Amino acid sequence: MARGSSFISAAGTRLTGRRLAGTVALCALATLVVGGLAPLIGTDTTGGAWRHSLLPLDAYWRDTPDHVVLWLRLTRVLACLVVGAALAGAGCALQALLRNPLAEPFTLGISSGASLAAVVAIRLGAERVLGYGAIGAASLAGAALALGFVWQLGRIGRQLPPATLILAGVTVSMFCSSASVLIQTTSDFSDVSHMLVWMVGGLDAVQLSAVEIGAPVIGVGLFVLIVYARELNALAAGPESAASVGVAVARTQSVVFVVASLLVGVAISLVGPIGFIGLIVPHALRGVLGPDHRLLLPASMLIGAAVLVGCDTVARAAIPLERLPTGAVTAVLGIPFFLAILLRQKRSAAMWGRA
Amino acid sequence: MVGPVARLELADVSVALGGRDVVRGVSAEVSEGELVVIVGPNGAGKTTLLRAIAGLVPARTGSVRVLGHDPARVARRVIAQKLAYLPQHYELAFPFVVEEVVLLGRYARQRGLGIASAEDLAAARAAMAACDVATLAARRFDELSGGEARRVIIAQALCQGAQCVLLDEPTAGLDPAHARAVFATLRAQCDGGVTAVVVTHDLDLALRHAASMWLCADGRLAARGAPDAVLDSAATRSAFGVPIHVGTLPGGGRFAVPA
Repeated sequence: MARGSSFISAAGTRLTGRRLAGTVALCALATLVVGGLAPLIGTDTTGGAWRHSLLPLDAYWRDTPDHVVLWLRLTRVLACLVVGAALAGAGCALQALLRNPLAEPFTLGISSGASLAAVVAIRLGAERVLGYGAIGAASLAGAALALGFVWQLGRIGRQLPPATLILAGVTVSMFCSSASVLIQTTSDFSDVSHMLVWMVGGLDAVQLSAVEIGAPVIGVGLFVLIVYARELNALAAGPESAASVGVAVARTQSVVFVVASLLVGVAISLVGPIGFIGLIVPHALRGVLGPDHRLLLPASMLIGAAVLVGCDTVARAAIPLERLPTGAVTAVLGIPFFLAILLRQKRSAAMWGRA
Repeated sequence: MVGPVARLELADVSVALGGRDVVRGVSAEVSEGELVVIVGPNGAGKTTLLRAIAGLVPARTGSVRVLGHDPARVARRVIAQKLAYLPQHYELAFPFVVEEVVLLGRYARQRGLGIASAEDLAAARAAMAACDVATLAARRFDELSGGEARRVIIAQALCQGAQCVLLDEPTAGLDPAHARAVFATLRAQCDGGVTAVVVTHDLDLALRHAASMWLCADGRLAARGAPDAVLDSAATRSAFGVPIHVGTLPGGGRFAVPA
């Protein structure tokens, strides 16, 4: 029981109500602190020079110029919170569903499908005709289309084998990203920079009205995933073993797959494709908290929210005057993680053996 | 006089896999408290027959009844409260510990988030004690030896609290003492009213512990009856390609070996 001695560590312990409540409360507190401090951090470009700046905490309530800056940044932070929670929650659920720790919105083609649809919409000038929301709507439709296509491509009869699903996802993903690049290279210069946001992901253009629509949808989706946490635990042993302990496997697979994809679609429609949050956060937490999804899912959502706020703060404030695309920051920070998982999997030679 | 109640009923069951009938026209009944073993050569359709009884693969023709329910049509949660199934292979995608794996067997009896109740824990502890895995409770399942993992999964099936248990080669990979202990545990469960159907290649243990034996050959039940009679039959000889010798030990116990 040596490894099970600490309160947070899951190794060697089953889930109790006390541990669940305590850990979730701790994660929520961490997210609250990160989310509350992030809008205070930024850069000051007044007076011709740039420097890092930290707003005073009273900017939250005192009616100063700082107050205005803070509330502008807060929109961005709110978007990061909901998008981070959605991506980490969806990634965690998809990994459980596919029994593959490398499963992610990217590997399933959902992200690329959404990007391609947005790029097509920009190329056709949908924004000029229908307004900013048209691009978001197009990317949501693209996510759904990519999902439907991957679903049809990957399924065999009523079964949805993990290996064929990932294969279908990667195929669709490759096609969509290549098509996006082709469209981008044949576009006007003014459209290209706009397209880049939808291909790499960024929060510079996010609007509060969009977050207000997206947040409740994401909230409901995350709740549904947590409701299915126990089924996802049982599915770790494969569909047949899950069915034999009483899980409605086909329903669980359909609901979780659709909800996870919807979460990703809404997240991308808000800020473009942001990768690796859905991969890193659940994976790192699984090592600390253990694999029980009743704990892992809510913790992933909360920590995913905090991590994306952190990455976005880096993107926003690390190099003043140059706003880095947030998706590129998460990718740069995430790829070493991805490689570490891959190498460890390679060593234990279990990655595809268990699919 | 009222006879024993039939828990499992198979009427002319055929099961097709990949367009080929793997189980053909099987009819049989298993009563309350009965321990039935299914023996037969590799590829004879034993596992598919067991999966059909569990409702995990639909019967192409005929009917399967578990306590009167069609297991392929009734909700899995309902079936799982009546019937536990131990698959031949069990592999977890994530590093759960032994106690968590055993408690997964309680899924059908839990509601909401399924935080283990006192009743769940009592069932899990009893099952783990019966399978001699209580000391492994905090170990990671993926770090166990093959035989230990096997015993943990048997404990999961037992803690499901079902009246019928189906086990596919429960003693594969177990040392002789633990293999015997598994059959002794099953025997004790059956004496307590549980109905068990066990696929096994352990003819010797089957002979000693089972109430009846089904010989599965080429998808059909080639022989049914008392284990010693089935093992000694011409059907068994032709199915395995070698005769099985059933003998008596000096102390009075029985044994079965390929002659």
